Amino acid sequence: MEDLSLHILDIAENSVEAGATWVKISLIEDRKTDLLQLEIEDNGRGMSAEECRQALNPFYTTRKTRRFGLGLPFLLEACQAAGGQLSLESSPGQGTKVIATFRLSHIDLKPLGDIPLTIIALIAGHPEIDWQYYHRRNDWEFKFDSKEFKENYPEIAINHPMALKAIRNFINKNLSLIRREHDRG
Amino acid sequence: MPKLTIEELEKLREEARKTTFIREQGQFRAKINVHMGTCGLAAGARHILNAFLQEIEKRGLTDVLLTTSGCAGLCSREPMATIEIAGQAPVKYIDLTEKKVEEIFEKHIQGGEIVTAYALGIGSEKTDLS
Repeated sequence: MEDLSLHILDIAENSVEAGATWVKISLIEDRKTDLLQLEIEDNGRGMSAEECRQALNPFYTTRKTRRFGLGLPFLLEACQAAGGQLSLESSPGQGTKVIATFRLSHIDLKPLGDIPLTIIALIAGHPEIDWQYYHRRNDWEFKFDSKEFKENYPEIAINHPMALKAIRNFINKNLSLIRREHDRG
Repeated sequence: MPKLTIEELEKLREEARKTTFIREQGQFRAKINVHMGTCGLAAGARHILNAFLQEIEKRGLTDVLLTTSGCAGLCSREPMATIEIAGQAPVKYIDLTEKKVEEIFEKHIQGGEIVTAYALGIGSEKTDLS
């Protein structure tokens, strides 16, 4: 995976497979603690302690298409390469939370990549799921909630190409705003 | 915190009031399904999704559905996409590039002619688009 936004897209698909009706993605960049924290939380079916342990093993999967699962092991590798860790909080019926940390100043930290494209890819693939995206960079924050979109625009199907384009532009604009504010401050 | 109102969508909302096209599902003449499992993503599937999106936007199409799915079980031939024209058998395209997407979009989705050079096969994963 070239960047973190691709990892997010990949891991969030696990939530979909787990039958989640909402998925919360949170990215916190904190200069003071030199920490980048990525959390992906869902209300899917969850995993047992044994499944959690196995989930980081590339040669384990619950799926039938092939005999291995590389999403979480890839993310683990990206965390470890950038001085961070990966942990899973889950129990059957209670959803899953993936917490990945990285050292912000680490030279091997992957770039964030195209977050807006990741979000609209998730919406296009699974419009029925409520996608929440929260991003904080030091003191500046931004939040997008596809549920809020559906409430504000009940006339428009969220996976309509025009809607996807508008959401992409909206997230793009706001992310560049928090980036700019940060640089000014 | 910015409030979620999107200018472009205010205009679209007006249009939506006039037509059911934007609101109603299941009125699509074509469906594009980009396979986005870990294998697909590592091979560039998101670029492919983006390329299809650009083609749709460029032409202002409202009757082509773009969606995604997981691994189709043929990881070595990713990125892959399945294209289904309403009433016809779905076609799986393999080893995609942005350039190939342009050609497939023009010939298959717009012209109805399958680009056999990039196709793996025809069939499976059929959806009722009516």
